[in-house]
Amino acid sequence: MSKKKEITKAKLDFKTDWAYASAPEDSGHISLKKQYDLFINGEFVKPNSKKYFATYNPATDQKIAEVAEADEKDVDKAVKAARKAFEKWSKLSGKERGKYIFRIARLMQERAREFAVIETMDGGKSIRESRDIDVPLAANHFFYNAGWADKLEYAFPNRNPKPLGVVGQIIPWNFPLLMAAWKIAPALAAGNTVVLKPAETTSLTALKLAELIRDSGLPNGVVNIVTGAGKTGAAIVNHPDINKIAFTGSTDVGKLIQRSISGTNKKLTLELGGKAANIIFADAAIDQAVEGVVNGIFFNQGHVCCAGSRLFVQESVADIVIRKLKDRMETLIVGDPMDKNTDIGAINSKEQLLKINEYIKIGKNEGAEIYQSSCAIPSKGNFCRPTLFLNASQSHRIVQEEIFGPVLTVQTFRTIEEVIEKANNIPYGLSAGVWTDKGSKIFNLTNKLRAGVVWANTYNKFDPASPFGGYKESGFGREGGLHGLMPYLNL
Amino acid sequence: MAAKSILPDFRITPTIDQVGIEERVARFTTRSIKKESKMQGLKMILNMIDLTTLEGKDTEGKVKQMCYKAVHMHDVIPDLPTVAAVCVYPSMVKTAKESLIGSGVKVASVSTAFPSGQSTHEIKILDTKFALENGADEIDMVISRGEFLKGNYNFVFDEIAAIKDVCGKARLKVIFETGELSTLDNVRKASDIAMYAGADFIKTSTGKISPAATMPVTLVMLEAIRDYYYATNRMVGMKPAGGISTSKLAMQYLVMLRETLGGAWLSNEWFRFGASSLANDVLMQIAKQTTGVYQSSDYFSKD
Repeated sequence: MSKKKEITKAKLDFKTDWAYASAPEDSGHISLKKQYDLFINGEFVKPNSKKYFATYNPATDQKIAEVAEADEKDVDKAVKAARKAFEKWSKLSGKERGKYIFRIARLMQERAREFAVIETMDGGKSIRESRDIDVPLAANHFFYNAGWADKLEYAFPNRNPKPLGVVGQIIPWNFPLLMAAWKIAPALAAGNTVVLKPAETTSLTALKLAELIRDSGLPNGVVNIVTGAGKTGAAIVNHPDINKIAFTGSTDVGKLIQRSISGTNKKLTLELGGKAANIIFADAAIDQAVEGVVNGIFFNQGHVCCAGSRLFVQESVADIVIRKLKDRMETLIVGDPMDKNTDIGAINSKEQLLKINEYIKIGKNEGAEIYQSSCAIPSKGNFCRPTLFLNASQSHRIVQEEIFGPVLTVQTFRTIEEVIEKANNIPYGLSAGVWTDKGSKIFNLTNKLRAGVVWANTYNKFDPASPFGGYKESGFGREGGLHGLMPYLNL
Repeated sequence: MAAKSILPDFRITPTIDQVGIEERVARFTTRSIKKESKMQGLKMILNMIDLTTLEGKDTEGKVKQMCYKAVHMHDVIPDLPTVAAVCVYPSMVKTAKESLIGSGVKVASVSTAFPSGQSTHEIKILDTKFALENGADEIDMVISRGEFLKGNYNFVFDEIAAIKDVCGKARLKVIFETGELSTLDNVRKASDIAMYAGADFIKTSTGKISPAATMPVTLVMLEAIRDYYYATNRMVGMKPAGGISTSKLAMQYLVMLRETLGGAWLSNEWFRFGASSLANDVLMQIAKQTTGVYQSSDYFSKD
């Protein structure tokens, strides 16, 4: 009953005389080339097409560098290099493979600041996140998988684990370095060789990783990094000498990939879109739940496949939750990603911003009640205010479709049955969140929510030891943990 | 001054998730406060300090010196604010009051058998009256932790309300001694009880028990103040006390305050630091910001 207090007109004011002065991260120490080539067989080589495309800083629209565009011939070269390297790499003892992977992890820690700054420049995410989450977690994935390299027989006893061969990996633009680590580390630990394609808007940290891998002394051809857009990806997917495709990205492309490799021997794992339900029960610790909701949807500008983009609030606490959510949103700082105080950085690309704005328009037209924080946003660059849609309906497109931006829909519910049905009533099934003080309720829901990951009283927690992946149109296969090694092994 | 609306049932106050609180706190500590906002923050901190001496061996001389310092923080640097108040035992209130005439610095007195609160109702009332008669502007009372932990919330509520009655115009700070309450849920409960009973300020600790003020505990209290404000439209102040001895830490508290309750609370009318050694560290930082170099602690008076 104490929760259902009367709510007065009392209003908090977060516009204060005490503003935070800008605190930009120093970028003087990083070295970036004007032009980046393809990393094939341990060296940087010019693309066959001689074509390069520009990569921009989404916060300033400034060009940072040019990146080579790989065509089918380049991809073929990379696959051949990987095939050749596979002979030796797969026969190396697990202990030796582990040493190389450990070395990559340590080098990444040593150059953490440089990686963080470049990740922020190229992708638009706040330096706070790239510094505290992306880069340390990427290094941890290498550390974790390095440890498994010589213990595969113990991880899968009596199964005689063997590597698959050459794996083609295609990663998205939302966590460029981290996704590269998620993909490369288990593949190497299992004894495979790799051809990886980063997303075209965010190639730089993968190319810096290529430099790091070269410096680490990893045998030539074990990791090859080819840059380019969809065509380059298609060349990898369709290459006949690739044994496995690992893809993280949109559901549409995932379906295409699945179609194009049907009838071949290639193995496949897909980590696709999501539209996660974040469910707050009346007995939850409300302030912490609100904080979790904010982290769930506004982390990385909402460019997170497992973002908690559908909020379900139990009716009796809906008013207070929404009020607190609005107040919390007022304190979020949107702006220069390089500023250490920025909470929400730049939207990754013009196209993505257009898509988000289109959905905001759709939401308004559908009749949901929009609320946006009153923060100032820079006039240049791609920025979007944190946005709520209140009174959203299950049949609204903004509720059904993945927006991949800082946009949260809010629905209320009365009973557990109702919220389970609504939470599951979506083609996706990647993640979900449950907020309650009652342990039994958590276990009840984790059994019934059709989602690969269910967080309880927290959200967006990632650990190399924990498997991650989805149900339904969110894909199949797991990354992280022992489960993440399995797709890279013949068992 | 208790809310006109019906009192909540203090047996079922909102729950607190400790992990969530600690994560939120960690986020505050990553804010980077530089340049002019640092200077502004430092001066604000200085102006929010309750300069405190609460020892058995306190003398009138010591209190007088402290009071002088409260007004003349570091005369080498012009335009420094004073502290908010000095905080002393009831027996020293008269001395402090006389020393501070015309300065604008308030005199706060601890009361109700501080620090343990182990005494009778009558003595607690008398203790408070004595401090007020000697000129105390503010009363820092302690709650009866034994009764609280026993679940005797009505007792705690009534005691606070009774002291509040005695206080009249003097502002009442209610000390929970959070180091003895053991859980954040209890901290939240104590906050609700105190505010509904009429507290003008809620305060973490006496400084006599470790742990004293921590950021998680303070955040729980700030969020309780926020909920109370939502429900009643009445502002309540916050005073973390004990254990905050560096400017850096104090700045993190200020960030937490700003982002939890907003601009209205950013003054010594609504926020205080109960501290003795913090002031000199803030002065050193201000000197550093002004001159560009750190100075020896010997340049700052220790009163």
